[in-house]
Amino acid sequence: MPSSLEILVFLPILAALAIGFGAPARFTAIGAAIINLGIGLVAAKSYNVNIEGGAVFQLESSRVLLESPKLALAFGVDGMSLILMLLTVIVTLAAVWASPAESKIKGSPKLYYISSLLIAAGALGAFLSTDLFFLYAFHELALIPTFLMIGMYGHGKNRKRTAWTITIYLGVGSLILLAGLIALFVNIGQNDTFSIAEMIVRAQDSETMIPEATQSWIYLLLLVGFGVLVSLFPFHSWAPDAYADAPTPISMLHAGVLKKFGLYGLIRIAGPMLPAGAEKWMNLVLVLLLGNIIILGLVTIAQKRLDRMIGMSSVMHMGYVFLGVVAGGTIGISGAVLLMFAHGVSIALLFALAGSLRERFGSLEFDKLGGGLGKLVPKLGLLFGFAAFASIGLPGFANFAAEVMIFFGAFQPMEANAPLSFLQWAAIISLWGVVISAVYMLRAFRKIFKGPLTTTETPKDMSWNERVPALLLIVSLMLVGFYPEILLKYLRPALESLTLIGS
Amino acid sequence: MPVYYLEIIVVVLGLVMLMADAFVKLEDKRNIAWFAVLVLSVVFLLLFKVSWPESTEGSPFWKFYDAEKGSRGFSLFFKGIAVLTTIIVLIMAAEFRGVLLKYTAKPEDGAHPQSGLSEFFTLPVFACAGLMWMASANNLASIFVSLEAVTITFYILVAYMRRNVGSLEAGVKYLILGALSTGFLVYGFTWLFGVTGTMDLAGIKEQLALDSVNVTAALFAFALIIVALGFKVGAAPFQNWIPDVYQGAPTPITAFLSVASKAAGFIVLLRISGCFFGSGDLSEKVGAVFVVLAILTLLFGNLAALPQTNFKRLLAYSSIAHAGFLLMALASPITLVADGKEPPLLDTSIGVIAFYLGAYLLMTLLAFLVMTAVRNQQEDDSLEGYAGLAKRSPFLAFSLLVSMASLAGVPLTAGFFGKFFVFKLAIQNGACGWLIAAGVIGAAAGFYYYFKVIASMFWNAPAEGNDGPIPVSMPAKVVMVLLIIAIFAVGIVPNLILGLIK
Repeated sequence: MPSSLEILVFLPILAALAIGFGAPARFTAIGAAIINLGIGLVAAKSYNVNIEGGAVFQLESSRVLLESPKLALAFGVDGMSLILMLLTVIVTLAAVWASPAESKIKGSPKLYYISSLLIAAGALGAFLSTDLFFLYAFHELALIPTFLMIGMYGHGKNRKRTAWTITIYLGVGSLILLAGLIALFVNIGQNDTFSIAEMIVRAQDSETMIPEATQSWIYLLLLVGFGVLVSLFPFHSWAPDAYADAPTPISMLHAGVLKKFGLYGLIRIAGPMLPAGAEKWMNLVLVLLLGNIIILGLVTIAQKRLDRMIGMSSVMHMGYVFLGVVAGGTIGISGAVLLMFAHGVSIALLFALAGSLRERFGSLEFDKLGGGLGKLVPKLGLLFGFAAFASIGLPGFANFAAEVMIFFGAFQPMEANAPLSFLQWAAIISLWGVVISAVYMLRAFRKIFKGPLTTTETPKDMSWNERVPALLLIVSLMLVGFYPEILLKYLRPALESLTLIGS
Repeated sequence: MPVYYLEIIVVVLGLVMLMADAFVKLEDKRNIAWFAVLVLSVVFLLLFKVSWPESTEGSPFWKFYDAEKGSRGFSLFFKGIAVLTTIIVLIMAAEFRGVLLKYTAKPEDGAHPQSGLSEFFTLPVFACAGLMWMASANNLASIFVSLEAVTITFYILVAYMRRNVGSLEAGVKYLILGALSTGFLVYGFTWLFGVTGTMDLAGIKEQLALDSVNVTAALFAFALIIVALGFKVGAAPFQNWIPDVYQGAPTPITAFLSVASKAAGFIVLLRISGCFFGSGDLSEKVGAVFVVLAILTLLFGNLAALPQTNFKRLLAYSSIAHAGFLLMALASPITLVADGKEPPLLDTSIGVIAFYLGAYLLMTLLAFLVMTAVRNQQEDDSLEGYAGLAKRSPFLAFSLLVSMASLAGVPLTAGFFGKFFVFKLAIQNGACGWLIAAGVIGAAAGFYYYFKVIASMFWNAPAEGNDGPIPVSMPAKVVMVLLIIAIFAVGIVPNLILGLIK
């Protein structure tokens, strides 16, 4: 009997298979996504938040595939993976729902929906695996669907080049990551197990700990590998083009969900297993994340196309998550995880709305869109306003709660009258990023939806197929925004137990 | 059943096939192939039922045929690879008959419309017998004889399409270079015999481990042998022949060359290098040679594959690239376990190489099966012909997608585990950083050229006049489906292959 988490991971794959063998694409995909959302919520409900010590992962299942070294198809959740799992099922449902109807897809609608489902399955597998090997393997499931989708259904003349760029860039990044992970595996203890929980125990045991010098270079490999996947400055250049050119559901899934994998890996793997390495490279990470927030923030302001602007902004916001990771501690890491959720939902929402705009007006260049569209499509305008506010981090949205926690986290270790550390200076500089976000988001909103109307087209306002996914995302954002405890309660036991300590 | 009966059955099968062609009137000569496939499938099942002698003393036969306890599993595994490859190659050959007959039979001169076809099915069976013997050869003489049995069969098969210039050119190239490499091999063997005074591999290993061994002479012998075997497995700088011969040879034979011939080369390489790795003095130098070979092969194979526009040629370079990964496993010296316990399979070069070859068989033969089907519809194997394959035949496109993904090493496919184990072995045994870097560069380049095929199939529209559906015969279709399932299954449960070795 498969466990609930196994069903969660394999249901999208089965649905994709069914579509391949002729099941109605849209119906099957949405059906699978709804069931998955249900299973995800039930799993969250059955997660015991009051656990003291004891087991790290809950709802565990394990199928041993190889004895020596021990390799198992093992799933389990702790607070962090639970939140990311919820993010995945929510965004997946929104993404397949927001996909165009089968009749509107040029070429094969099957492939379109299969790709989305496979990306979702890969993300779920990566977040839920408690085995290092499968954590890596599942993430790569998205590689080929992304490549095919951008090349076949992408927007713009350069889509083929974009598809190549993202594939090669992420391919090389994951190979570096793989080298780092194997080095990590080989250097921990007797190199005979891929179980993450066991590896963490060994890494923190003073007898089997990895020597500091080794930790340092392995951490660097992991930082570059994971960094490429999260689009950490200066490895970000694949991201904005890919998100801008990709079909809407792919942008939503990639920017919203898949990109969080790199951060998840850093918090789950690199932090606890290589504490000395993390400390050694802390200042480097701080410099790079400032690059994300300030340099890329300014670049975002200069964008002339809405989709590229959203893509850049998603890259920029990764800087805050890194800040939370570096700050560490309960508040910092909680903020980082919460921001992963908030950012994932809000960026998916922005891409969905941008897709609706593109469908109506044929272009996303600010100049071509003109202004005053709020009069033509008021509902779209309203929702976009919400999404923009969420992205900036206004109170009432999950992003606000998360960012506040990250900034608090950065100042938490400070003693009275002590001079500011580099971390705190970095936090102070990062605060300006909020201003930068406000500038580009509000400017985009004003340019597109306010002012005099210039276009002569008279499109319809949002259909229900567009409204449902958007509302789903907004409601999740506001729910967490007004009552962050709904997610934070999952993080508390996880943070106090071993998985996250040492980050 | 005693293990050597298997080789006997296969040889007899070959003879029966020749007789059948001569004495039985057959409307469709493909029946000969189906018969062979049936018998070989039985042989494949018999592999699980063989018995080994209680003692190898007394009978001189066992001086030529390995029955050591430690290597039995591997011998059977490699025999299995040979049989399975031959089965699939025969099915491929039946599919390929249309193209083949264009260049062999000449019905207007009164020949049988399928003349030449049955020998095309028979020769691989003889090669298979040679390969099976080679998997058990433990003596320089039996290694040489079995290797030549295979190589000479290939000389004929490569040039089989005698009215096709490409095939003839490939045949001549393969013959000349193959003969040259045989010369090196024999010369190397004589030196090895001269140094150690024995032809028996176990004896050679013992002699080489002695302090009194003449290191220079032994290394000279090794150098000669490595030239010859480097040629067989397609290791740079001896890889020159591969692209032309692969491109010119009939597609099923290319597949046979790239899987079975490579596997055979690596079996011999493993056995002979094992003798040298036994001695501390020699093993360091031999290891260094393998490191250099591996780096060269990885870089050459992968980088030269990038600009290829002919699919068959691309797969030729890809086969060089994979030889590079296999050499990388060979170059990572074997960990010695202190307390005399056997190291886990995946900590040894031979275990990793066996797994890699098994995975390589699945994905390469799948690619060649698709190529055979597509080739029936067009004049050559250029990548342009694959444009829009997803629209023309979603099944073939999906098969090729799986094969390319696995060759590129995308996780959850068999190919990924192969590469993963190679990298793990290399890092674990502290291989030199350059080797690992070359491996990473190679694997990264692989993403590009394999994905180029995927892009061509899915992104582009089919060419005008070449956009009809592509028929695939039932047996080929069944094999493809089985291969696809196997690639994913092994990609999740590597024990499916590793379990077979024990």
